[in-house]
Amino acid sequence: MNKVIDNTEYILRMENITKIYGNGFMANKNVNLRVKKGEIHALIGENGAGKSTLMKVLFGQEQPEEGKIFYKGEEIKITNPLVALAHGIGMVHQHFMLVPSLTVAENMVLGIEPKNKGFFNYQEAVRLTEEVSKKYNLPIDPRAKVKDLPVGYKQRVEILKILLRGVEVLILDEPTAVLTPQETEELFVQLRELKKQGYTIIFISHKLNEIKALCDNLTVLRNGRVTGTAKVADLTEQDISRLMVGRDVMLTIDKEEAKPKKTVLKVRNLTYKNSDNKAIVNNVSFSIREGEILGIAGVEGNGQREISSLITGLIENQSGEIKLFDEDITNISIRKIREKGVAHISEDRMTYGTVADASVEENIISDRYYKDDYNKYGLLDKKKIAELSNELIKEYRVKCDSKDAEIRTLSGGNIQKVVAAREFTSNPKLIIANQPTRGIDVGASEFIRKKLVSLRDEGAAILLISADLTEVITVSDSLLVMSEGKIVAYFEDTKNLTEETVGEYMLGIKKQTAEEIGGVCYE
Amino acid sequence: MEIILDSIFSTEFFFSVLRVATPLIFVSLAALVVKNGGVMCIAFEGMMLFSALGAVIGSAFSQSRLVGILVGLLLGMSISAIFAYFVLVLNSNGVLTGLALNILGSGGTVFMLYLISGDKGSSTALKSLIIPNVDIPIIKDIPVIGEILSGHNILTYVALITVVVVYILINKTPLGLRIRSVGENPHAAESVGIKVIKTKFIALMIGGFIASLGGIYMSMGYLPFFTRDMMAGRGFMGIAASNLGGGLTIPTFAAALLFGSAEALSNIMQSLRLPSEFMQMVPYIVTLIGLMLVGGNNKKLTFKKEEKNE
Repeated sequence: MNKVIDNTEYILRMENITKIYGNGFMANKNVNLRVKKGEIHALIGENGAGKSTLMKVLFGQEQPEEGKIFYKGEEIKITNPLVALAHGIGMVHQHFMLVPSLTVAENMVLGIEPKNKGFFNYQEAVRLTEEVSKKYNLPIDPRAKVKDLPVGYKQRVEILKILLRGVEVLILDEPTAVLTPQETEELFVQLRELKKQGYTIIFISHKLNEIKALCDNLTVLRNGRVTGTAKVADLTEQDISRLMVGRDVMLTIDKEEAKPKKTVLKVRNLTYKNSDNKAIVNNVSFSIREGEILGIAGVEGNGQREISSLITGLIENQSGEIKLFDEDITNISIRKIREKGVAHISEDRMTYGTVADASVEENIISDRYYKDDYNKYGLLDKKKIAELSNELIKEYRVKCDSKDAEIRTLSGGNIQKVVAAREFTSNPKLIIANQPTRGIDVGASEFIRKKLVSLRDEGAAILLISADLTEVITVSDSLLVMSEGKIVAYFEDTKNLTEETVGEYMLGIKKQTAEEIGGVCYE
Repeated sequence: MEIILDSIFSTEFFFSVLRVATPLIFVSLAALVVKNGGVMCIAFEGMMLFSALGAVIGSAFSQSRLVGILVGLLLGMSISAIFAYFVLVLNSNGVLTGLALNILGSGGTVFMLYLISGDKGSSTALKSLIIPNVDIPIIKDIPVIGEILSGHNILTYVALITVVVVYILINKTPLGLRIRSVGENPHAAESVGIKVIKTKFIALMIGGFIASLGGIYMSMGYLPFFTRDMMAGRGFMGIAASNLGGGLTIPTFAAALLFGSAEALSNIMQSLRLPSEFMQMVPYIVTLIGLMLVGGNNKKLTFKKEEKNE
């Protein structure tokens, strides 16, 4: 019981939090988080490690199945965000909770509007905003409309907003994900200033350099469990990386050595900027050859999705070239890109992969229904289509009542098999597989991985984008690592590559030289 | 041509613009409040029909204008309450619900009218009251302006006052701020403790109240009785006006006046035996052009924003 003394120095303790979602997914398992008053505490882990869930529990957006929360030594029940705010716990979400067309001052006081004889007292709102802004040394124009502010300032409004509501513990959910390096620097200065004034900050991130630069203590989550709690100063970036990405199970796959032949896809100097003019894809070049699987590893949101969308034509190319067999395929219609032999497994199978209300059969033929093979006298050739779908359902082992079952009635793994059945049988020369096994069961994952390898052996060029390090290392023949929109490493052979090595590049600890990275460009 | 121009540049014409625009001003302000609250409501036609009939029945049986107005408001606002309940509480489709209520308004009012007066066309058999016209002291003596602005129905002045009231409500009160915030980013509103459904409900009820005033004007001012389908699309023109005005009060008011002018013009052309059908198209053509200009700015290719659940 000598722990009791220790506990008093913690402003916040989360004890044995277990959260199981409705679909049976255990997001947090016996998680303990202890945060001292006046510190910046890092909560780190890969995508899906359970960081956000834990913070949703703390902010009252989710109710845990088990566990207790102690705040200032007393147990509290946080049933909704307002309760959290009333206790003094505030959160800055990744997606800003702001009303764009209102001014900064109006956003600041929303819900607690100052009044003057029943009317909204805008002057007072402006004054309050200026007051908090001055107090915390976070300058902002109270009369500016939020929609006209750059992202960094929007975030500042969010921080000021919860400070105005009198919080003492600030949760920042991946605050730097949306910021430019300069804005990140500025944010860090602001956060240190808040710390100096006695505020406690929980900083969620997976960028190790940021954590080293900013935080005092850290808690590492992996697969919903805590794998380490320590002082940041006591650990090297390598140590943290190991705590984050180490795996319990090793995955193996039978495959022969790749025999790459001529270049199928050539991407050169590809750059894509979002509406905030931030370069999401930053001067990326690579090639993929016949009979080769090129993997892209990286923390999600580092430009991988945009690369796959650019190649498959889902978003418009801004600058750089994308050539398929030396033919420019930028900004031609998606159907034309597909007809040239590009297949696409989207990371979002319910939006870009399938139509939920349509049947298995309809989804299978959705990329070829218009072709002569499946039409007779100007009408769909039902017999032929049925033959095809029954055959594919069998070959891809799709578990469904019949070919007429609606996609929505299938499990995630089986939906993905339907997508694979369509994409892999379109006679593809190039397959863009973006997170092909995300959120699906082990059996279906293995099936899809094997299919990818056998398509490679038949001569297809494959780009495998995956946040699952084990998968991307084992399935790919060679590997790119992306960080902040750039390629930071290229490994020609994945055979002896370890996750730790990839993790170090992925998390920005190491970086290869331009020549080393240039190795991925073939003519 | 000369006759037309003469007719347009006359005080009578401008007077008639205000007269004709009155219901449009009401309903476009109603649509504006609802639009600011982020609800797509197309049930104004139904609300106005019921309130128009309610006003006639109420005043005919009580021989009191006040009772007539109250019954009109009650019937009109119950339509907006039904709409709010279906859309906000039961989560049903707003367009379908609105469509159903409009058709109910069209058929239901005729049915009620028949039960009460035995006539399916109009309520001339009922001795309903009208809201009087008034002269405004001082202004009525000013040449030209007095002829245009004075001598209108009381509700026409109420409509003009409502413009100011709605402007203040939306821009100068906490409720207006909340209505705008739930309309634009309900998550943001919710995160600071604003009750989203309640706020939208309030916006719909305010909208129902204002639209009902427009309905009451139609049967107690514009005409002294109720006729079947007498709204003739005004509920929809109100929605168009609020969209053309971009959800802002003054531009919406201007749009309502513009539509009113087009309608007044088509009335003149009717009396001159010119094809008034052409002029009846004008408000809608204006709307289409306006929507084209507004829509052009929104055409941007963007990714679907994803809420990631870890």
